[in-house]
Amino acid sequence: MTSDLMSLDALLPVLPEIALALGALALLMAGVFLKGETHASVSGIAIGLLVAVGVLALLYPIDGVLFNGVFVADGFGRYMKTLILIGSALALVLSLSSAGENGLAKFEYSVLVVLATLGMMIMVSANDLMSLYIGLELQSLALYVVAAIKRESTRASEAGLKYFVLGALSSGMLLYGASLIYGFTGQTQIDEIAKVLSLGDRSLGLTVGLVFLLAGLAFKISAVPFHMWTPDVYEGAPTPVTAFFASAPKVAAMALLIRVVMDSFEPIALQWQQIVIFLSVASMVLAAFAAIGQKNLKRLIAYSSIGHVGFALVGLSAGSQGGVDGVAIYMAIYLTMTLALFACLLALRTEDGFAEQISDLSGLAQTKPFIAATMAILMFSLIGVPPLAGFFAKWYVFLAAVEAELFVLAVIGVLASAVSAFYYLRIVKVMYFDEPVLQFAAAPAELRVVMGAGAFLLVTYFFTVGAPLGAWAHNAAGSLF
Amino acid sequence: MIETSILTAITFLPLIGALAIVTVPGDSARFDATMRWIALVTTLTVFAATLVLWAMFDPADPDFQFVVNFEWLPGGIGYRMGVDGISILLVVLTALLLPICVVASWQSITVRVREYMIAFLILETLMIGAFATLDLALFFVFFEGSLIPMFLIIGIWGGKRRVQASYKFFFYTFTGSVFMLIAIMAIYWQAGTLDIAKLLTFEFTPEAQFWLWLAFFASFAVKLPMWPFHRWLPEAHVEAPTAGSVILAAVLLKFGGYGFLRFSLPMFPDASALFTNFVFALSVVAIIATSLVALVQEDMKKLIAYSSVAHMGFVTMGIFSGTKQGVDGALFQMLSHGLVSGALFLSVGVIYDRMHTREISAYGGLADRMPRYATAFVIFSLANIGLPGTSGFIGEFLTLIAAFSVNTWVAAGAALGVILSAAYALWLVWRLVFGALDKDNLKSILDLSRREMAVLVPLIVLIIFFGFYPAPILDAIGPAVDALVHDYAGTIGLAAEMAVDSAATAVH
Repeated sequence: MTSDLMSLDALLPVLPEIALALGALALLMAGVFLKGETHASVSGIAIGLLVAVGVLALLYPIDGVLFNGVFVADGFGRYMKTLILIGSALALVLSLSSAGENGLAKFEYSVLVVLATLGMMIMVSANDLMSLYIGLELQSLALYVVAAIKRESTRASEAGLKYFVLGALSSGMLLYGASLIYGFTGQTQIDEIAKVLSLGDRSLGLTVGLVFLLAGLAFKISAVPFHMWTPDVYEGAPTPVTAFFASAPKVAAMALLIRVVMDSFEPIALQWQQIVIFLSVASMVLAAFAAIGQKNLKRLIAYSSIGHVGFALVGLSAGSQGGVDGVAIYMAIYLTMTLALFACLLALRTEDGFAEQISDLSGLAQTKPFIAATMAILMFSLIGVPPLAGFFAKWYVFLAAVEAELFVLAVIGVLASAVSAFYYLRIVKVMYFDEPVLQFAAAPAELRVVMGAGAFLLVTYFFTVGAPLGAWAHNAAGSLF
Repeated sequence: MIETSILTAITFLPLIGALAIVTVPGDSARFDATMRWIALVTTLTVFAATLVLWAMFDPADPDFQFVVNFEWLPGGIGYRMGVDGISILLVVLTALLLPICVVASWQSITVRVREYMIAFLILETLMIGAFATLDLALFFVFFEGSLIPMFLIIGIWGGKRRVQASYKFFFYTFTGSVFMLIAIMAIYWQAGTLDIAKLLTFEFTPEAQFWLWLAFFASFAVKLPMWPFHRWLPEAHVEAPTAGSVILAAVLLKFGGYGFLRFSLPMFPDASALFTNFVFALSVVAIIATSLVALVQEDMKKLIAYSSVAHMGFVTMGIFSGTKQGVDGALFQMLSHGLVSGALFLSVGVIYDRMHTREISAYGGLADRMPRYATAFVIFSLANIGLPGTSGFIGEFLTLIAAFSVNTWVAAGAALGVILSAAYALWLVWRLVFGALDKDNLKSILDLSRREMAVLVPLIVLIIFFGFYPAPILDAIGPAVDALVHDYAGTIGLAAEMAVDSAATAVH
């Protein structure tokens, strides 16, 4: 087998990943060899690195397939990578103000986040079951450590262990599925698998492999019934870590799932669509009902994110370009909402810790009107009430489902969103209709910026980002078809 | 230039007022007055602009006017605005009521004035937008968006059971309208556009019409509300602050009637014809049953709320009669009910501000101490009954004629409802303002203040003026209604003829 790398120029499509990898090594060196308290400066450089890589990827968009077809750089990848880089960078920004009490005042944290981000970028660009697994594991191993990074906290250690055990299980299932697929098609490369499948030679073993592969991926996006780890890990991990878990990795896993089912299994669309529809309905419905009883804010957000994965999968169920457009837009809006929401949570600091229970938010509208208004906007946006961005996210995915004539799925979806309104409204109710109980400290500037920017984008979506984001997502999805 | 920008300006002007209120510094009571004045000036400006709009409107033209139309978001959502005879007066009504609401809340709202005024201004943008947009998705955006400010208005400034009321309001409406959302997507999938002007001429297959009609009905029947989907309304009305009740009754309920007129009837004519008797039955039940329920209410606001449901029965009856008088009457009834129910809730607010109770039995003989108030209340009640010479008469009379021409039994049932409305309204007047003033705490009650006069007198003038001279309204809505009824009759007639033809062919 000859190499397709005849010159350094041929490496240009993978330049962002190379830059990020070298940057991560440099950060590790800096953390080890610099004297004194290094975590703040390492975090700062890491944020700068993530931003720089994002700018690089956007300014020099070079498409290409490398390394004998295991790595593909295309428009879809760039869109998702941009979201991932934004998510990771902002997750680091959110961790700055409370690094000390969350056990994140270690330079390793930023390095691990950068390495996880690198893994996610490889996942997004994976064009082969092997590179897919490499990216996924690089991401996952970094995340297992990050979940348990607050060593003295038993809850964080428990979360890390739980995440590790279940994550390892899901990796095993994914590998088993991949091996079955290889066994029955003789290929590991995603587009080659599609070619074999389109010849019409399909056996049952292949379908079993597909189910295992999708189950492994469903773990990573925390779709029901593979969601059990999510509430515990969200609750146990330090809040800035939860913010990271809820944002970039979800985008990466979703992007991976889209690429696998759209490219590789396009010829057996009917088979995977059934699975995705089941995951979608189960996630939407279970999350809507399970979240009602939650009292802890982070558990509530965990169920909310499960539900939102279900909604995003509605778009994927359609199996059309419109559906992928919808999922791409959905993930961008979901990312914005999640990061702004965690900015709010991290800004709610009392003398002895952070607001953890929903009841802690009582009367927030009177004590912290700005944070309360942002939270209320987020809640209404998460419900999907227009004119907020959450509505448009749902619009695109449900539109794709209707166009694919999946009416029952669409009706179940909108009814689930009506049920989910109940628990989101409870937060608004507590903040606006009840009397204050707790006094909170002033919010750090960077959190105010994240909250303000997030709320602004969600409110003015129709007039500001709606059109360009939609066009970009459409182009990105187009590169898969 | 002004032709194309005036609707956009009217719709979004209140947001500028809201932004101005955000920037008022400080949170002490001293700044509350500034915020109230900003809100008042903004809403008055919007009202003036809608009057200009009405003046520039060409009533002879049945098409949409002041049209702006361009594609905006991918996925079919465009920015399209425009009004015709059906929508323009609802825009004016909305803009008229907002300054009245601001003035009515001047003294009764003393906590969180900033949020209150912002909520009302945002609500105004959303309400006007819902009537003025020509994009189906954007209509949904405005229609559904109005839930947010209203939810907060009921929940923050409402009465004792406000949380339950606000939840009920949100869930009934939200659940109803998600079906409409799916239907809107299905329309886009079928017709390839969300431009209402184009959709009005698009012909959906009868089977598609059936499902789409039901989905739209789910939303509008809850919003209007029709019996038996009205359960949220009495609670929301009772618990909302006065101005909230006014907006709810006068404008938000009209979304339902407007939706039936704008979408159900012209876009799904075959399905509408199919469901006519179903709607008639619900309308008559609403008129009679809720009037009876209104008779036994002990809470003034609840009584007026149930009377609203009854009056909306006339609206649906008129719309689905599919005749010129019926649709004219329904639209007139919607506008008139906007003025009358708004005025009644404001009147209740006046005495509630003084006594802090809405129990009817807590009052009596108010005419002694409050002659001006008593006069106003009697006029509003008579208008609510539909006495000739008030605006309430025109709408009820036209819809009754229409119903009579289509189905005598429906007309008979509705006429019974008119008698019942006289019973509950006059009994309320008797218990409230007449009789002996024997309750001690009422002996020192004060008559209308100048501010309250400023709120109520314009409504009295309008109610009586349009009662005697309905021409300005009927002229404005006439051509658009003509076109709508003509198209509807054309489609239905054609369908009927075709049915006859095919039956004849089958026989041969």
